[in-house]
Amino acid sequence: MEINDIIKPENLVYKKPKLLNERNMHYCPGCSHGVVHKLVAQVIEEMGAEEYAIGVSPVGCAVFAYNYIDIDWVEAAHGRATAMATAIKRLQPGKLVFTYQGDGDFAAIGTCESIHACNRGESIAIIFINNAIYGMTGGQMAPTTLLGQKTSTCPYGRRADLNGYPLAITPLLAQLDGTRYVTRQAVHTAAAVRKAKAAIRKAFENSMEGKGTSVVEIVSTCNTGWKMSPEKANDWMVENMFKKYPLGDLKNVDAEK
Amino acid sequence: MPKIRGAVTVNTERCKGCNLCVVACPKHVLSLQEKEVNNRGYHFAYMAVPQECIGCQSCALVCPDACIEVYRVVEK
Amino acid sequence: MKEEVKLMKGNEALAMAAIRYGADGYFGYPITPQSEVLEKLEAEMPWDTTGMVVLQAESEVAAINMVYGGACCGKAVMTSTSSPGFSLMQEGVSFMAASEVPALLVNVMRGGPGLGTIHPSQADYFQATKGGGHGDYHMIVLAPSSVQEMTDFVALGWDLAFKYRCLSMILTDGLIGQLMEKVVLPEQRPRRTEEQIRQQCPWAVTGAKGRKNNIITSLELDDDKMEANNNRFQATYREIEKNEKRCELVNCDDADYLIVAFGSQARITMKTMELAREQGIKVGLVRPITLWPFPDEHLRQAAKNVKGILVEELDAGQMIEDVKLAVDCKVPVEHYGRLGGNVPTPDEVLDALKQKFNIVSK
Repeated sequence: MEINDIIKPENLVYKKPKLLNERNMHYCPGCSHGVVHKLVAQVIEEMGAEEYAIGVSPVGCAVFAYNYIDIDWVEAAHGRATAMATAIKRLQPGKLVFTYQGDGDFAAIGTCESIHACNRGESIAIIFINNAIYGMTGGQMAPTTLLGQKTSTCPYGRRADLNGYPLAITPLLAQLDGTRYVTRQAVHTAAAVRKAKAAIRKAFENSMEGKGTSVVEIVSTCNTGWKMSPEKANDWMVENMFKKYPLGDLKNVDAEK
Repeated sequence: MPKIRGAVTVNTERCKGCNLCVVACPKHVLSLQEKEVNNRGYHFAYMAVPQECIGCQSCALVCPDACIEVYRVVEK
Repeated sequence: MKEEVKLMKGNEALAMAAIRYGADGYFGYPITPQSEVLEKLEAEMPWDTTGMVVLQAESEVAAINMVYGGACCGKAVMTSTSSPGFSLMQEGVSFMAASEVPALLVNVMRGGPGLGTIHPSQADYFQATKGGGHGDYHMIVLAPSSVQEMTDFVALGWDLAFKYRCLSMILTDGLIGQLMEKVVLPEQRPRRTEEQIRQQCPWAVTGAKGRKNNIITSLELDDDKMEANNNRFQATYREIEKNEKRCELVNCDDADYLIVAFGSQARITMKTMELAREQGIKVGLVRPITLWPFPDEHLRQAAKNVKGILVEELDAGQMIEDVKLAVDCKVPVEHYGRLGGNVPTPDEVLDALKQKFNIVSK
């Protein structure tokens, strides 16, 4: 069988979701954001939620998320995405409302809004990209930066005595009564991508069913900020990030029942 | 015995040559172009060993730029 | 519900007016002297009657960003706060101005700077009329001087905000907020349906149903496009300046002197005017109702034949700058104001007028 016999419409098993438009994404080669954008688009498409999904993009690398996924979007001030999403969901309870935020946005400048939205149990989905660095502003230390990890604002490595400890925020959120589903995923392998997609789907369904807050942390790479090749960044993430931020469900109220 | 055959197409203009698909492929089908580049200067991915492809989608799943389409057929 | 006559605090009347307007959402945080707004709304439970959302946020920062989120949905949303709280809100205010979304903001001013005092002040005039947040933007600023106006300006503020896709602010102080007066509450208006919002606000994020997806952002990295955005904002502001200046003039036709005062101070200087006229000093009162756009034309007309203008405000001299600009410094303009939460008596203002302009009463 020749290649041309295989490449036929009836044999197509994987394609770019239509909702992810034709614009080239601004992310660096190998950036995890692209994979997660694709998953968000796929899940919305598979749910048929194109006409009632509303996304809230953050400040940070993903600020332009609205340029790539063709649904209604608002762009929040730094860290305030969950506050905006709170109002959007309360005023339009029939809509699928989600935020897409990085670690600086969600776990530093927005910590207050993040915790309180989760504690109120707002029926929103939070996609939280944790790559342990500020990507957009040029690789500064994030709340989630690991001890010893070098960034442009801890150039000799993060020190606990100077910079405090890396913040694992999702376990905190899992303790709150308002959260329904808190999970930590990654997108570095095909299997991980499939699991992450299922997690996003569950979070989005929870929003539609008004079940409370869902948090999907995606432990991610920032190969540019980390100054590594994309594949080395994946290896480094597995070796270092997963120790501090192990993958798996931190809370799943539905499974406990 | 039926054999599973696969093939991928790469949107070469979307591709940023990050190499993650190359690493993800269990059959070592994909490579990055060594000399050729796209309009944005990236060495894009291509099927270097097409006959080995089993259409498992690993490359497409990990691709951050959604440039890979996967085709799969069971050869009788 | 029909019109109703009530005896109420300014803050409570404002809350009732919001419900009666058919408001969709209120997001706020307690701070003296405006907490009655949130308290009244929670007590009224409008979610059971009109479906209005009322939420006590975790901070003013969160509250204003909730308002931002609600405004992006094309909903009639508001917040209220007092001075330190409004300082915290500046981020969201600037973002909303840049995103051209309508909302109603209320600042029941207290004395500052810092934590200051819980007593009345007008020292946030600059903050309200000249920015406060970053970037070139303006809000329509309405200054009520009675509980009735606290009520009426809710509807006016929202109507203007939706008309121009801008922010409206009610700038008042602890005196008007806490004052109890007779007030006529308006008839209950229905909240708009989703279909009505889609028609009135085609830009709103209501889900991309039957149209291209909507994106609301304040970000634009292309300099030419960002300049075009700014030019569009400015064009809106010029339009507002052309159409929306509001001012009350009392006894200005024969006046030798004008007192310019807004909000609570206009009530006090109304008495000053009476006292002055009893002493044969012909005083007129100019009460700006919109602080931005400032009613400069009204003032210029009123000031044509006067010998002097006293600007009485509860701050160290803020509105006086706009007064001087309005009359192009062709008339002597003096300032009198108390600070720190103190409110002058009508006599005190009259003494100041006489002293500043060397008036000897008959």
